[in-house]
Amino acid sequence: MKFKRYSIPYSLWLLVFIVIPLVLVVYYAFTTGDSQDFSTFQFNMENFKRFFTHIYTSVLLRSVNLALVSTVLCLLLGYPIAFIISKEKEKTRNILILFFVIPMWMNFLLRTYAWLALLGKNGIINIIITKLGFQPLDLLYNDSAVLLGMVYNFLPFMVLPIYSVLVKLDPKLVEAAEDLGANRIITFLKVIFPLSLPGVITGISMVFIPAVSTFVISSLLGGNKSNLIGNLIEQQFRYTGDWHFGSAMSIILMIFILLTMIFSYKFDKEKEGDGGGLW
Amino acid sequence: MVEKNLNKLYMAIIFLFLYAPIIILIVFSFNDSKMIGNWNRFTLKWYIELLRDREVLKALYNTILISILTAIISTVIGTIAAIGIYNMNGLGKRLILNLNYIPVLNPDIVTAVSLMTLFRLFGFQFGLTTMLLSHITFCLPYVILSILPKLKQMNKHLAEAAMDLGATPSYTLRKVIIPEIRPGIITGALMAFTLSIDDFVISFFNTGHGVSNLSITIFSMARRGINPVINALSTLMFIGLIILLLIINKRADKNTLKERG
Repeated sequence: MKFKRYSIPYSLWLLVFIVIPLVLVVYYAFTTGDSQDFSTFQFNMENFKRFFTHIYTSVLLRSVNLALVSTVLCLLLGYPIAFIISKEKEKTRNILILFFVIPMWMNFLLRTYAWLALLGKNGIINIIITKLGFQPLDLLYNDSAVLLGMVYNFLPFMVLPIYSVLVKLDPKLVEAAEDLGANRIITFLKVIFPLSLPGVITGISMVFIPAVSTFVISSLLGGNKSNLIGNLIEQQFRYTGDWHFGSAMSIILMIFILLTMIFSYKFDKEKEGDGGGLW
Repeated sequence: MVEKNLNKLYMAIIFLFLYAPIIILIVFSFNDSKMIGNWNRFTLKWYIELLRDREVLKALYNTILISILTAIISTVIGTIAAIGIYNMNGLGKRLILNLNYIPVLNPDIVTAVSLMTLFRLFGFQFGLTTMLLSHITFCLPYVILSILPKLKQMNKHLAEAAMDLGATPSYTLRKVIIPEIRPGIITGALMAFTLSIDDFVISFFNTGHGVSNLSITIFSMARRGINPVINALSTLMFIGLIILLLIINKRADKNTLKERG
């Protein structure tokens, strides 16, 4: 086939803009020196040694912890929603799913920023609380605020893939289970949930990856105290200028995500089943 | 019955959660005070000031310029690439497909810093060009992933038949293949446009010399408090998109009616 050659321009693009940059990041990670002057680079493991000291590993653990909690929250909140919507008539279903996509049309930084007006010291929630006669709460600049921001931003990423699997599920399978005497809980646990796993796994990775690497949500809602691994990488590249250490942290983050992906795809037997994707 | 109502209540709470910040932004774009959350009285002054705000208008211009260019360029490269990849087999195909997944699976920040090191190595001036190149790079995989399934659905022998009947490859491409995969191409283009218009992380690391888009402007404003002009602009963009959606829906309804009638 002649059309084979059509992939050549993109292969070159991949080489220049994907492969070489990653090689560069690896190269930076295993060297130290003046980031702007290649002649000063020296191969060593200093960056990794530096990372695996108490301060930095604790930041990584904190990021992973927050990302895991927000992923679980998204799953717990999002699965029922996807399930309820998938049971509706086709027209209602499409409209409801559209309502999940519409918020994404407003800049996500701005939507996250708007939470400041809701959660702040004199914010709307606190005004309601004090009107009801309670003490105002410290809702902002802590881990719960960061968690809320993550769930808020990434919930649609969990709902959409689960929904797209559930809606394609053959209702005959559910009927068969019920005919054979399974009650609704058993039917859900033994039939519906296992069949929706590809969607769940796509959802988990689509929430976990941006959550573990975010620096925007933590810097907007977490205040100065809240440093996540994303914030550390940002600081190294934008302010400190130690690209070597920043690259090492990027590599660690990448490997960590790769391992999580391999781990979660182990559960997913149907690799070719493309029902779970967003596209 | 009880369960139905519980379901409805639950859905209402989730939608309230999703829409509360948006409602806040829209309401406070009509508020005569710089502070969000502090209602003074109704005003349209932020909408008028928007027309005079050079910084915000320039950022809007950059955002739209970049996202349109990204959508066009990545759709063209992506369509050609998808057709090529589809016709490959063996190791080469697997290699390209796996490389294609890297920007999808990698966290944005890693893609962003790796491109930043590349541009620095090649001595690029950080600005609009670097921003555009990085946007195309992270949108291309999504375009390809939305076109490939359509190619798989296409009848394999269609292109061969056309060429056996004397069509040149480029004629076959224009008259047979592209019409067949058009829905995938449109999805891909829309996806590239939305990814680009909403991007912050990739742009933040790959811009320079005072070039900024809306996201970067908002991020730099966030510390000192966001200018309500931004709220006014977002309200306008949001309403514009909803109107666009309604028009598309109306037209789609008409088309299905026509097909049925």
